Amino acid sequence: MDTPSPDLFLGLDLGSRTTKIVEMSGGAIARYDIFDTTHDSIERVRRRLERRDYARAAAAGYGRYLMNAHLDCRVVTEITACALGARFLDPAAGLVIDVGGQDSKAIQLGNGSAAFSEFEMNDRCAAGTGRFLEVMARLLGFSLEEFGRTASEADEAVTLSSMCTVFAESEVISLLASGRDRKAIARGLHQSVADRVFPLAARFEARGNILMAGGVALDRCFVDLLAKKLGRPVVVPEHPQLVAAIGAALFAQ
Amino acid sequence: MTDHDELLRELGLDVELHHRIFDAIDRNFAKTVLAQKGRPARMAYFDGVIRGAHGDRVAEIAARRAAGDKFIGTFCVYVPDEIILALGAVPVALCGGTPLSIPYAEQMLPRDICPLVKSTLGLALSNTCPYGPLEDLAVGETTCDAKKKTWDILAADGGFHVLEVPQKKGPRDRDLWHEEVLAFKARLEETTGRTLEPEKLAAAVRLMNRKRRALARLNELRKSENPPLSGLDALVIMQAALIDDPLRFSERLEALNEELEDRVRRGVVVSPPGAKRIMVSGCPSVMGNWKLHHLIEAAGAVVVCDETCTGTRYFSTLVEEGDGGLDAQIAAIAARYLTIDCSCFSPNDERIASVVRLAGECGVDGVVQYVLQYCHTYNVEAARVAAALKEAGVPSLKIVTDYAEEDTGQLRIRIDAFLEGMKR
Repeated sequence: MDTPSPDLFLGLDLGSRTTKIVEMSGGAIARYDIFDTTHDSIERVRRRLERRDYARAAAAGYGRYLMNAHLDCRVVTEITACALGARFLDPAAGLVIDVGGQDSKAIQLGNGSAAFSEFEMNDRCAAGTGRFLEVMARLLGFSLEEFGRTASEADEAVTLSSMCTVFAESEVISLLASGRDRKAIARGLHQSVADRVFPLAARFEARGNILMAGGVALDRCFVDLLAKKLGRPVVVPEHPQLVAAIGAALFAQ
Repeated sequence: MTDHDELLRELGLDVELHHRIFDAIDRNFAKTVLAQKGRPARMAYFDGVIRGAHGDRVAEIAARRAAGDKFIGTFCVYVPDEIILALGAVPVALCGGTPLSIPYAEQMLPRDICPLVKSTLGLALSNTCPYGPLEDLAVGETTCDAKKKTWDILAADGGFHVLEVPQKKGPRDRDLWHEEVLAFKARLEETTGRTLEPEKLAAAVRLMNRKRRALARLNELRKSENPPLSGLDALVIMQAALIDDPLRFSERLEALNEELEDRVRRGVVVSPPGAKRIMVSGCPSVMGNWKLHHLIEAAGAVVVCDETCTGTRYFSTLVEEGDGGLDAQIAAIAARYLTIDCSCFSPNDERIASVVRLAGECGVDGVVQYVLQYCHTYNVEAARVAAALKEAGVPSLKIVTDYAEEDTGQLRIRIDAFLEGMKR
């Protein structure tokens, strides 16, 4: 066991697809780690926590209560965590759009001391989430990076009628069978996710910057389509997946 | 609990499946309601009503029928119990609150129908609900499209009466509803072979008013700075109200209210310090369904009011007690029931005003709008309710869910975040 550093704070985000650990020291990110959420990811987080070289830790994400049950670790929802992380990364942020592996949400940041004032989340359904894009990329034979890049380069977009992951999958298969261009389908799928996420964000009045969080923010095509639909620029921080983990570390602090 | 298997077999039920479903409901009850700490001692009676709902109460009703009284199954707070009681018949609300019967309904119904309707029909189709075979008459109503068409399925075997609840509250709608109540009286007289007598109706009106006053008193006690019982326990009492004998229920609730008054005086606390006060508004949580209240209170908040059919919509107005004869009595009953602000009405401004008023009266920190999945009217009305609450400075959160447990992780995030947003 190391000696606890009074200045080191740990933020954990145990998401449905990936797990994130951020170490903050002196008000800056000292280290971070991102890995897939699997059967042993909890164990990996626990091992990190057991080093006890930090002052305090907090966990967000679907697995937050698992950590809380095992170790001295505060618990915070990713709504609050995202809001705290967003304000840290961009003091001018007014709205965070977080599109993760299992859900998507829009969070309006609060005035003054409040982390957030209101939030909206998608239904219990994969439509409009990273999982939808992941399934579709695989179906089209693209890696995630290729998927976003190819969609950006497409000259046209196929309009998809189905938002449901299962039905969209059959629709894509029919489109491929009818000889439609993979690029145009990729573009259409991105458009469909942007259409689904848009109403979550559009419910809030525009004030301050719009910051994007979650792994889907790495997909440039999605961000561009969403920004176009919102009619406003969307800021993507350096490591959008870490926003909630950064917020959790700030919460621990 | 007494073993009633012989009776269940006599009723022709699938006894094995009955146990599989109702034992699971009982386990869920133990895990949520009974697991709470610091419960009032007199809650034990209401626990017994819930746990005996498919045993002791069934035996009691079977005995009443053997003595010549009739049993009337209902599905909505719009059904005037006074008339049923005045004819010496026994009313019990038969709405389903368990996910376990839903697969049996989905053999016939589409999946995208509300869980309450599917659970209810599933209990009937799976041959597991003991009330079905005991029914001398079942009474449906027209408060939603899924229910209306489900009645058509259930009515195929006869013994079904549908009350037409109007969709507006103008003069013509009042006339229609008045006629519907008269037709209901005629149908019940036919079923029971008895004639409605004004003295008996007056007594039934007094009894139901007594029951509603006891529930209203409970509602007042929940407004205390330290609520003397959990929202989950208050819900159990409401669920028992729909099942139990009204006189016995009223006596027991009056006794519990005394215990609760004493708790308030002594400052007995059931929730953690600083617990946020929440009002649940919208759809009912019937027997078997403790999901939302359990989630909210497990997150450290306390439910202090239910603006639902298993809440204020059931008891907040009384029938005017008078001695103007049968016509005036029926008119008073019809008028009272039409004050119920179900979301099936257009417009339904009085409900929106009532939600805002109750939120203020109960000193709530926030309102959770509870929408059973595919209940379109409460789901759509939620937008106007949320806007009115926002204007009044009350935060609200809409939860759309069914009876299954698979989304508890997602719901917990929403509820936790809703409560975190209040910590200022």
